[in-house]
Amino acid sequence: MSSQIVWMIVGMAAVTYIPRLLPFVLFKGKELSGFVQGILKNVPYATLGALIFPGILFINEDLWFGLLGAAAAFFAAYLGANVIVVVLGSIAVLSVYSFIF
Amino acid sequence: MAELAVGKPSGEYRKGLQSGISIAIGYAPIALTFGLLAKTTGLSIGETALMSLLVFAGAAQYISLSLLSLGTGIFEIVLTTFIVNIRHFLMSTSLNEKWEDEQAANKVILSFGITDETFSVAAVREEKVTSGYMLGLISVSYASWVICSGLGHLIGASLPQTLQESMSVALYAMFVGLLVPSMKKSAKVVFLAAIAACFNTIFTLTNTLSTGWAIVLATLLSAVIVEWIESVKNRPRGHGHE
Repeated sequence: MSSQIVWMIVGMAAVTYIPRLLPFVLFKGKELSGFVQGILKNVPYATLGALIFPGILFINEDLWFGLLGAAAAFFAAYLGANVIVVVLGSIAVLSVYSFIF
Repeated sequence: MAELAVGKPSGEYRKGLQSGISIAIGYAPIALTFGLLAKTTGLSIGETALMSLLVFAGAAQYISLSLLSLGTGIFEIVLTTFIVNIRHFLMSTSLNEKWEDEQAANKVILSFGITDETFSVAAVREEKVTSGYMLGLISVSYASWVICSGLGHLIGASLPQTLQESMSVALYAMFVGLLVPSMKKSAKVVFLAAIAACFNTIFTLTNTLSTGWAIVLATLLSAVIVEWIESVKNRPRGHGHE
């Protein structure tokens, strides 16, 4: 192993771990205001929106590929399918799509 | 029955493992490709595995490879990693509110495993989050990430082209699968997701912000705007004292 690369990895590990860890130390036992708590409760759903778009459109040069995957996942989830079924279902739909086109 | 209601630690661990399976499936193709790319970038299998073991952050690891191949200096690579991963600060802050554990050390250790995916799964869980649940969730995701990174380097190939392409949708499909049930229940969730998606799309397409910051800012803007609108709506009419 080159020591330079190892140092780089150690540095990357540190700057990745710190933001993950810090809130648990900083806000331990602290009562945040109602408004801030409300915002933090909103974060997961806003994050999901930002994680899905626009990323899903760019998983393939073919824009329709991502859109079809999104539609398949949405449809399955809307019908109440379990997350794992949603995942496997959209993989299956896209496999069929790329097999045909 | 009493046990069921309280949730035995081992039961929580198992539930975490089950919830983590879709993450593990989604990580597999990305980690395999990472291992392969690391090999072509000139990293040894030890270095590749070490990076996945210690960093455990997909986007940052990919970026480090492309920067390495451009001959970028180590300091810049570490700084870029920091910027890309700063979004986890927001996620940990949010998760801290619904994760109950008296033992502070558990959160300190397990926070290592907070990724976009493990956070999303835990954060939309209806029940409170426990350390046992997080341990299960993280261990299956982490195992998939590390093992598949190593395998990608070892085999020197990723999955067959068509399967690889279709599997690239896996994590996005999982995000959709996590979001939709809550969207059906609450219009607020629809707005939160849609507004954040719009902001992130604008930031990304106009190239105004790097990926890490775009997600942080889009999320915060949406969370604050929706909360603010709600507080204005719920404010009692008239200006009397409450």
